[in-house]
Amino acid sequence: MAKPKVGYSRRSLLKAGGAAVAASALPAPMLWAQETKDIVLRQFGTGVSNLNDVANKVKEDLGFTLEMTALDSDSVTQRAATQPDSFDIADIEYWICKKVWPTGNLQAMDVSRIANYDKIVGIFKSGKLNEDSEIAQGTAPHTVGFIPEPGATTFADEQTNWMTLIPTIYNADTLGIRPDLINRPIESWAELLNPEFQGKASILDISSIGIMDMAMVCEAMGEIQYGDKGNMTREEIDATMAIFTEAKQNGQFRAFWKTFDESVNLMASGEVVIQSMWSPAITAVKSRGIPCVYQPLKEGYRSWGGGIGLSQSLSGMELDAAYDYINWYLSGWVGGYLMRQGYYSAVPETSKEFMSENEWGYWFEGKEATGEITSPTGDVLAQAGEVRDGGSFEERMGAVACWNAVMDENQYMVRKWNEFIAA
Amino acid sequence: MRLKNRHVLGWLEAAPLALVLLAFLIAPIVMIVIVSFWGATEFSIYPAFQFDNYEFLFGSPVTYRVFWATLKYAFITWALTLVIGFTAAYFLAFHVRSLGMQVALFLVCTIPFWTSNIIRMISWIPFLGRNGIANQTLISWGVIDEPLEWLLYSDFSVLLAFVHLYTLFMVVPIFNTMMRIDKALLEAARDNGASGFQTLVHVILPLTKPGIMIGTIFVVTLVMGDFITVRFMSGSQSANVGRLISNDIALLQYPSAAATAVVLLATVMIVIAILLRFVNIRKEL
Repeated sequence: MAKPKVGYSRRSLLKAGGAAVAASALPAPMLWAQETKDIVLRQFGTGVSNLNDVANKVKEDLGFTLEMTALDSDSVTQRAATQPDSFDIADIEYWICKKVWPTGNLQAMDVSRIANYDKIVGIFKSGKLNEDSEIAQGTAPHTVGFIPEPGATTFADEQTNWMTLIPTIYNADTLGIRPDLINRPIESWAELLNPEFQGKASILDISSIGIMDMAMVCEAMGEIQYGDKGNMTREEIDATMAIFTEAKQNGQFRAFWKTFDESVNLMASGEVVIQSMWSPAITAVKSRGIPCVYQPLKEGYRSWGGGIGLSQSLSGMELDAAYDYINWYLSGWVGGYLMRQGYYSAVPETSKEFMSENEWGYWFEGKEATGEITSPTGDVLAQAGEVRDGGSFEERMGAVACWNAVMDENQYMVRKWNEFIAA
Repeated sequence: MRLKNRHVLGWLEAAPLALVLLAFLIAPIVMIVIVSFWGATEFSIYPAFQFDNYEFLFGSPVTYRVFWATLKYAFITWALTLVIGFTAAYFLAFHVRSLGMQVALFLVCTIPFWTSNIIRMISWIPFLGRNGIANQTLISWGVIDEPLEWLLYSDFSVLLAFVHLYTLFMVVPIFNTMMRIDKALLEAARDNGASGFQTLVHVILPLTKPGIMIGTIFVVTLVMGDFITVRFMSGSQSANVGRLISNDIALLQYPSAAATAVVLLATVMIVIAILLRFVNIRKEL
């Protein structure tokens, strides 16, 4: 434990945010309590991690104010690329980073200032969960996680001292189903286009993610063999779109969704029984007392990861505060909060301290719940004896087939996507 | 000298409005036209003078399909709002005798407008859904056995929402014009032996044309510029020009969005120009 140095004792930082700073082997930044109070960091990102509870806890632990803005993925990309002065911290996904980094609106982070860097899961550093795991297709986080030197607009091939995003949250996505309305086991992505579910299927209308789900389906059907689902050729894009356009014209889809709430409503109302879905949306449906399963499929998961990036314009005290925030973020409280919603933390071992044994067993280890599992907001999500869909962290993150991605042929894909919607 | 001063004064009087229009109407449109010739990369736009955006726009069959769908939505919505709007206005203007009652009923027409556009639209979704009130009612009456799928997320639901949202824009100007019709003309028609229907077709309808035209312009421009109604009510399954533009913007393709906007603007202006050939609305204003 670092001893408070003379003259720094007034820092609320050391008082409350002790966990984060004390864990750091490095000298704590020189922030004075009075000034800290006046610091405001503006963070924006997708709804998943922009939580008011986090902002409140930051105020309590670190003393400064964190202003949160939640937007959809497209708006996040747009803002990061076009309005660099409108934010201090960008909470974005790795594929968005690939798109936005070349604009120079973000600055790289000094790894030596990140206390828990060594404990960050391998996926974000070497790309491998374990020694022997295979790297999935798509924009795998480690491929856009580092740059060779500050100011570079291209990515480094291996770990360097300069990180683009500090990983915060990630998960493995699959199809959500209504078991009570399907009444039989679902095992493959191909089921999305099964005529049995005509008029009762849905896919998300965010092209960069939707195309990946489509690819998982087409591959599972045995229709297309992709070289790299995360970086398709024009022919592969055309073939994928042709299959889905035909399905659309045959009335396979009830609707497409673009926001989290839309996906929840489609599922909860029974308009749709099988669709692309995000983990907390399943939780939201379940908490209304409606059965909903995040179905593990034999072809594997489509995964995504998010991280915090720093605006190019951050400097001085604000920059120090941002580093404190990052270290605090990885120190466990947020990780525990997010993991109790079904996401994973980049540094699971620190989150463990903020979860009960039952919660850790259920969410991370894939064990049977020994008691009721509740969300951070108090909704009951599982009863004793239930097991998490898909099992443990290793089982789920070890079965990732591809990562959300931006392709070289992105513009072509987007135009084809527009055609698909208009078809 | 006095004359010259009057000129100066006139210019000064017109200046504020002219400046406002210049800054907030002309300048943005000019910007859009300029940007429509620019180029775009994945994450940025760069100044250029190229026809790529228009080339792609006019070269893609999707564009024609989507413009056609937009015009189709506009036409059907126009026809339905006209029939409903005209009937409602006719009832208010000629069947309701007391002015107090007219005003009261007119206000009733506006009640749905006390909440936001989006809420009025979204409230249809639980009503029309597979397990919604409409389907449950029809099933319990024994009219149908299976829920009707086409009630929601279809062209039907899109048009229903459009008609619901925009009929008032037809009622108001038509009602306004009808109230100005000299009642003596109706009496004269009657005295000359015209039936109720003949009076309607030969007297009321021609005199109401300016109101119909103003309502038409409202409805057509609103429907052609819409994107959110189509997105929500079709479950993102149909596209109109507005959605094309919003998709482009979402993907940072501003020049392409600008080009589409320019073409849409031109289309709407042509439609309105054609409409104005038929009726002179100046005397209404």
